[in-house]
Amino acid sequence: MASKYDAIVIGGGHNGLVTAAYLAKGGEKEGKNKLKVLVIERYHKVGGAAMSEEIYPGFTYSTCSYVCSLLRPEIFRFLDLPRHGLQVIPYEINSSPNHEGEGIVTYSDHDRTRESLRRHSIKDAEAYDHYAAEISRQCRFIKPLLMVTPPDPTRLNPFAQNKINPWGKRNDLEGLLKIGREFGRMGEKQMYEIIRFWTMSIGDFLDEYFETPRWKGFAAASSIIGTALGPYSPGTAYVLLHHYMGEVDGQIGAWGFARGGMGSVSKAIASAATEAGVEIRTNAEVAKVIIRGGKAVGVTLGNGEEIYARTVVSNADPKRTYLKLIEKSDLDSIDPDIHAYAKNFKIRGSSGKLNIALDGLPQFAGLPKESAWGTIDIGGDFDYIERAYDDYKYGSWSKRPFLDIVIPTTVDPTMAPPGKHFMSVFVQYVPYKLGEQPWTPEMKSAFEKDVLDTIEMNAPGFKDLILHCQTRTPWDIENEVGLTEGNIFQGELTLDQMLFNRPFPGLGQYRGPFDNFYMCGSGTHPGGGVMGAPGANAAREMLRDFKHGVV
Amino acid sequence: MTHVQHLKPFLKKTPFHDAMEAMMHGAGWIRWQGYYSPAYYDSTQSEYMATRNGATVYDVSPLIKYAIKGKDAAKFANYLVTRDLSKVAPMNVAYTAWCDDDGRMIEEGTLFRLGENDFILNAALHQLHWLNESAYGFSVEIEEISEQLAGLSLQGPNSRAILEVLGVQGIGKLPHFGIMETIVDGHWLRIDRAGFTGDLGYEIWVKPPDALWLWETLFRLGDPYKIAPMGGHALEMTRVEAGFILVDVDYIGSHHAIRPTQRVSPIEAGIGWAVSLKKDAYFVGKRALQKEKAEGSSRFILSGIEVEGRKPAPGAFLYADEKGTKELGLTTSAMWSPLLKKNIAFAQIPMAYTKPGTEMWIEIWYPKEKKIERSMVKCWTRNRMFFDPPRKKEIV
Repeated sequence: MASKYDAIVIGGGHNGLVTAAYLAKGGEKEGKNKLKVLVIERYHKVGGAAMSEEIYPGFTYSTCSYVCSLLRPEIFRFLDLPRHGLQVIPYEINSSPNHEGEGIVTYSDHDRTRESLRRHSIKDAEAYDHYAAEISRQCRFIKPLLMVTPPDPTRLNPFAQNKINPWGKRNDLEGLLKIGREFGRMGEKQMYEIIRFWTMSIGDFLDEYFETPRWKGFAAASSIIGTALGPYSPGTAYVLLHHYMGEVDGQIGAWGFARGGMGSVSKAIASAATEAGVEIRTNAEVAKVIIRGGKAVGVTLGNGEEIYARTVVSNADPKRTYLKLIEKSDLDSIDPDIHAYAKNFKIRGSSGKLNIALDGLPQFAGLPKESAWGTIDIGGDFDYIERAYDDYKYGSWSKRPFLDIVIPTTVDPTMAPPGKHFMSVFVQYVPYKLGEQPWTPEMKSAFEKDVLDTIEMNAPGFKDLILHCQTRTPWDIENEVGLTEGNIFQGELTLDQMLFNRPFPGLGQYRGPFDNFYMCGSGTHPGGGVMGAPGANAAREMLRDFKHGVV
Repeated sequence: MTHVQHLKPFLKKTPFHDAMEAMMHGAGWIRWQGYYSPAYYDSTQSEYMATRNGATVYDVSPLIKYAIKGKDAAKFANYLVTRDLSKVAPMNVAYTAWCDDDGRMIEEGTLFRLGENDFILNAALHQLHWLNESAYGFSVEIEEISEQLAGLSLQGPNSRAILEVLGVQGIGKLPHFGIMETIVDGHWLRIDRAGFTGDLGYEIWVKPPDALWLWETLFRLGDPYKIAPMGGHALEMTRVEAGFILVDVDYIGSHHAIRPTQRVSPIEAGIGWAVSLKKDAYFVGKRALQKEKAEGSSRFILSGIEVEGRKPAPGAFLYADEKGTKELGLTTSAMWSPLLKKNIAFAQIPMAYTKPGTEMWIEIWYPKEKKIERSMVKCWTRNRMFFDPPRKKEIV
């Protein structure tokens, strides 16, 4: 069993590709030998959930993720992604239609936003400044935490019997002190605010600032996207932050369209990886990780082929990795708790996706024309969202769902024929199973109808423009993309599953329970959102273990 | 982005807009809180000189104005701001700061006391959120009345003469920071003797429908008195000469500061005189400011400095020595004063250096034909009110 590779990356999602590219570029500066890296992808092309595909002739769909902000600028630069074809175009408008009156629009232009909000409530327009400043302060604290391995405070206990992870190689104390220092610099009041913010519900947070119910429902949008929680569930305020901490060209909180769809992100990273010498194998599914003597030594493919390597790193989510790719007996020989951690890991699917080819640009009720150039959130007040959540809690899709819509072709000339449009519709809430029943084709079309009806209600005449519609339930997303239960973040972004507890207690530093086994997906710190940070952080830890330079 | 052609214009026009536009010779519009505001009409220099020589008018309508009324208005206002309002009689203006609980300045501005329990707060930034929050427990009504009044600032040595020919009775007796209300040709006017130029000057408030009448009348009657319009750029020069600080230029408002250390106290911002620690009533931030005063823990004081040479020194570091080994602070606003023939600036400097005449060094980087040159020159602490003519407060 000669190891042909230094590392095998299971799964060619954007994080797996980032890890591969970072590994291959590791040691470049120090003049070390190039590490040999193999990425194994089940699908016929790489990208995972950052994927562009021509599903309907002439139209490129961003089939899963649909906008870009969180991809870390450090990665952009290190891998020189613009040279590899990635271009992110920020958009400047967010809106919410209203079929019974005036909709809500916010702009990147502060004055324009104020004028727009004042039409609903002078009080809210004024409170918006305070709210925005508070979010900026929260972002300031969290930003330095993204591109680092989360320090684990349990390592500081000299008496700890941490069998799961006996590799106390890194200096957790240093990391904790750094966070402590950052925390202290925030000032007393802000320290209290941070603790409050990380644990509270977005509903409670917004109630402290605003009065207009529809505005609050609109502002809460980012805090429920991708989570199986309602606006009054504790922990949702953090999810909002997770969507705001991104940037485009240093502009915090800005989101943009990747030219050519989100697949351009993966394509550019894959191109950078290939250039660095990474080998990518598609149409190859990893069936098992081979563990020998408590060490990961390679993988077995679906066709029985065995490939050996010095290390194995999984881009798959924690549940898939520990419950499907690794034998329970292998886990139990290290620590039986891990299997339980994996089983209990919260990775509930809560969102679906409709990708629609349109014959023209729809006009949304109560909104100015320019709102089609940004995100359009169909929703309402907290009651609307809670009601949508109630349907989900009791095993159904939301009959009147919350929808996060973008029409990237208003900006991007490459994704549809001139005058035609691609519309991405993110649907919240949609369960993985209907009660205990699996999705049937009938149920799926009933779900699709509810979504299209909701759009039609908020954009009269929309249905006449539909040329083609692709509908994906969480079940489809799991089976087609590989994300367990279709959870877009590879695991709920709640405090119990964050930082050193992501994915599991004791495994929060990208190293698995076995020697030479690592994790690099969104299921690790700092989580999902096409950030690339987990992939880069994982590679950094691996390079440290390889003693192969630092990136 | 490709959506611009679909956007509707949204900047608001003040009631004086048409009159100002008729005099606009360059692309001189800038934004002021969502309104069109003139940066300059033709040349900043001519507008600046006109202010110091005859009189100019500047449209102050975009100022954000809050009416504070009700049974507890006096009590509330005195709780909100740092000045002692028991010493401010009705029909007077008080320049004051208002702070957060930590004694860090949210903003500063003028507070008009129109009656015992009748106030107008003028602010550069929106403050309703804070006012409502602070008003808890007081029987007051707070209303934004920005668009209910249109205002022109008439400033300069001839400003009083112009108001006299306009027919404003008793304008000569109106004291500095006094307010009067009068009727001229059937039009209601409220006039306060204040401004942002440090010279003799007045602010004239009218009902918006009377705005163009006021503008036209002032220019017709004021012509022999060398009246001219002024834009924001010239105003910026005059306010530095006058020693007036500006939010987000000379200090960051504490409510939108991202870094808590960037917030400043009014003492640090160089308006410690507007903090009345002796007033009986508690005011927001009093405890923290008392402590700062008692401990002498102000990190710096925003002071005036005069700089050697002619190179303006914006964003320049000050040092105790020529070698630049001991850094003292940083300038905020800076300019060459054509009137005073002095190179002036505001700088954050340690308390030990605030005595007028104290010598320091300043490092100035300036462009010279595509080259950036550095000069390390002397500078001296000065009274920040560089320009303060007797006529500013004179009663005739």
